Amino acid sequence: MGEAVADTGGRAAASAPFAIELRGISKAFGPVQANKDIDLRVPKGTIHGIIGENGAGKSTLMSILYGFYKPDKGEILVNGQPLAIADSQTAIRAGIGMVFQHFKLVQNFTVLENIILGVEEGRLLRPSLAKARGAMKRLAAEYQLNVDPDETIDELSVGHQQRVEILKALYRQADILILDEPTGVLTPAEADHLFRILEGLKAEGKTIILITHKLREIMDITDNVSVMRRGEMVASVKTAETSPEELAELMVGRKVLLNVEKTPAQPGAKVLEVRDLKLVDDESVERLRGISFDIRAGEILGIAGVSGNGQTQLLELLGGFPEKGARVGGSIRMNGQELDLTGSRSDAATRRARGIGHVPEDRQTEGLIMDFTAWENVAFGYHRAPEFNKGLLMDNAAIRADAEAKMEHFDVRPRNPNLAARNFSGGNQQKLVVAREIERNPDLLLIGQPTRGVDIGAIEFIHKRIIELRDAGKAVLLVSVELDEILSLSDRIAVMFDGRIMGERLPDETTTGELGLLMAGVTDTAHADASQGIPPEHKHIEDVSGGAA
Amino acid sequence: MDKMPKWADVILTPLISLILAMGISAMVILAIGESPWLALKTMIDGALGSSYGWGFTLYYTTNFIFTGLAVAVAYHARLFNIGGEGQAMVGGLGVALVCLALPWPHWGIALPAAMIGAALFGAAWALIPAWLQAKRGSHIVITTIMFNFIAAALLNYVLVNLMRPVGSMDPASANFPEGAHLPTLSGMAANVGLEWGKNTPVNITFLVALLACVLVWLLIWRSRLGYEIRALGQSEPAAMYAGISPVRITVIAMLISGGLAGLMAINNVMGEAERLVLNAVEGAGFIGIAVALMGRNHPFGVFLAALLFGFLYQGGGELALWTSIPRELIIVIQALVILFTGALDNMVRMPLERIFLAMRRKGRA
Repeated sequence: MGEAVADTGGRAAASAPFAIELRGISKAFGPVQANKDIDLRVPKGTIHGIIGENGAGKSTLMSILYGFYKPDKGEILVNGQPLAIADSQTAIRAGIGMVFQHFKLVQNFTVLENIILGVEEGRLLRPSLAKARGAMKRLAAEYQLNVDPDETIDELSVGHQQRVEILKALYRQADILILDEPTGVLTPAEADHLFRILEGLKAEGKTIILITHKLREIMDITDNVSVMRRGEMVASVKTAETSPEELAELMVGRKVLLNVEKTPAQPGAKVLEVRDLKLVDDESVERLRGISFDIRAGEILGIAGVSGNGQTQLLELLGGFPEKGARVGGSIRMNGQELDLTGSRSDAATRRARGIGHVPEDRQTEGLIMDFTAWENVAFGYHRAPEFNKGLLMDNAAIRADAEAKMEHFDVRPRNPNLAARNFSGGNQQKLVVAREIERNPDLLLIGQPTRGVDIGAIEFIHKRIIELRDAGKAVLLVSVELDEILSLSDRIAVMFDGRIMGERLPDETTTGELGLLMAGVTDTAHADASQGIPPEHKHIEDVSGGAA
Repeated sequence: MDKMPKWADVILTPLISLILAMGISAMVILAIGESPWLALKTMIDGALGSSYGWGFTLYYTTNFIFTGLAVAVAYHARLFNIGGEGQAMVGGLGVALVCLALPWPHWGIALPAAMIGAALFGAAWALIPAWLQAKRGSHIVITTIMFNFIAAALLNYVLVNLMRPVGSMDPASANFPEGAHLPTLSGMAANVGLEWGKNTPVNITFLVALLACVLVWLLIWRSRLGYEIRALGQSEPAAMYAGISPVRITVIAMLISGGLAGLMAINNVMGEAERLVLNAVEGAGFIGIAVALMGRNHPFGVFLAALLFGFLYQGGGELALWTSIPRELIIVIQALVILFTGALDNMVRMPLERIFLAMRRKGRA
């Protein structure tokens, strides 16, 4: 569908060359064609979104642009000049800067030291540091990129670390900034701030390429958007002339329901009663500071919050595997029975036997053994079940048959149980885990970040299964950093901040703004209306909580 | 999909590594003015050319199977047990204590009892490092290697001060009673009227070692314990999530590993020396690491690699005996094989992978 590209030049098409122009870029990894004949034109001074499912080839394309991979075919033009980008140094010299999804910062260096890393001039650091300090002051004033230059990285919030990455790129004279999934780790307020920064950069004539899978961000901030699917560029359109529904359909290749359809909950008896749960980790940091809530049969309790505010610890503790050396207190009752919190029957196997299923937040290090086959993984955690064992040995035939059935039910592709888990896409890996846990029909399902790194088609599927489980009268505890997901799935929403539950809301009676404030530790909701959901410039989230709590 | 076929990885890579190691060995032999061709011929004749040679080769192979399996089992839990040497030494002590405890009427009774002794002592020697690793996070490589030295010192003390028969000048235990002597393969062959491997030390333990290969295979790939060991080895957070106790599995995997290393003593102490001597293990514990590496931690691979090292050991001995190539050079050859098949594995694998990829691409085009 290359023909759609031609009219995206917009106002810049007539005269000025494009900031970035790709012509016929192709790249194969072995038998996998990651990029197929890609054309892309990014006009100067615009924000250009690139959207696509996982594995659609977005990251490969950007890595080619940044000199990490060499394309098999095709041509790259930067500001109208053909350029062979052999390594990232060439890209930087051409004015291309990249902000990776996983920051590349030295944790125990200061902000300044990180900024000059790799571009130090001379043998002594002092002149370079002084120069960078001056530059930072200027950039901070111009683009609201305020960061304390003398703070070490590990003292900074995630949002500030991201600003350091942007500063690094700007300090290297980047005119074209590529951001890979920049909002994945941010609160709504931090994301808004980032977008204000990007708008400012655009106003100064910088070109920004934003890679994301969030349709809302594309709609909010970009001028043009290109959609990738299975290694091909399927469309490039002006953002103003498209809709989220159309983009989703282009991404997946079929119609997608963006909103989850569900009937009102029919809550039954209390399944899980959590009282005053506390957890202090082995570095004596209080991770849970007295969590209490109930979940009834047939309802979904959603826990919203920025990651790192105790949700992980809560899930792990409920699932029976708190981190090593943690001290815990409080009580958990499951179907009216007290659960062992610390003793020999507090492990994950006992929890499963009590009817608790668990889709962990991190499927790659917890939920799956990446080098095990799919069938071995589908028994994982339930490998002691009598139907999977035959005398002293495991009944591999029975496990394989069970895995085949589950892969069929959950439409896991490719449907090959002998393939290692790592060879499945993110969405299909997640389907393996969800299938394993849901098909056991647990009384309570703990599910953390159910759709992190999962493509849109699979998101829809997994959401449906969660609702089905609820409608079958089971309790669900949903933890997610995606507010949209929490809002669309939950029957009740609890917001966690700094190891506490800041409040409970009903999804129909709250707003993203209000939840965003709670996520930042502000409980005073009257204040929320005044500031329209965006807290004042908060340098450290902790400061805000200190004032409010 | 980006990789080469499994058979190439498992067979071709070690084979090419081996050929490279032999090539460099040949150059070293040339450099000292000897004929590599003659050296190779001497080694093959000496180790594989007669039933006598085979009798020794298989004897060494038996040792290496046990120590190789020991390293492999621990490795599946991502524990690098390099204490096979010490565990086999202490296993020997277990064998000696069992064999000397009773006037055994028949080897058929003495063997299972000695096996229990060997495995228990070997496992016990692995227990403390395992416990320290599981509970305190002390690195198993450090602790097991230290336990090798402790084992050597312990054995020295026990042999000199406790087990040495009165009046003997030799730091060794008394000879084992007649009923604790294991049948040799040559003896068993003679019983059915075959003349094979006369005066060679290979004994019934070789068959026990083969059985151990099968049992380890069942353990790792067919049993629930093996599943849990492999799961822990791949990812500790995942193991915790699945309700698998890392402490329990770490300790159990090391006990099995130590037990297997200890079982080696059945071969060298009970089967060959028929008494406990100092330094009975002769480095077989360390060879086990190379065997497991080369055998890809698979029992069948371990068997093949053990056979190769058995050949190198026996062939090397022959080389020292019949040529003027100094004994030290044999160690150089063995070291080269370890270097290429173990440490430099990727040097061979990466180009090989690239070749396979190129071939595949061409095949498609």
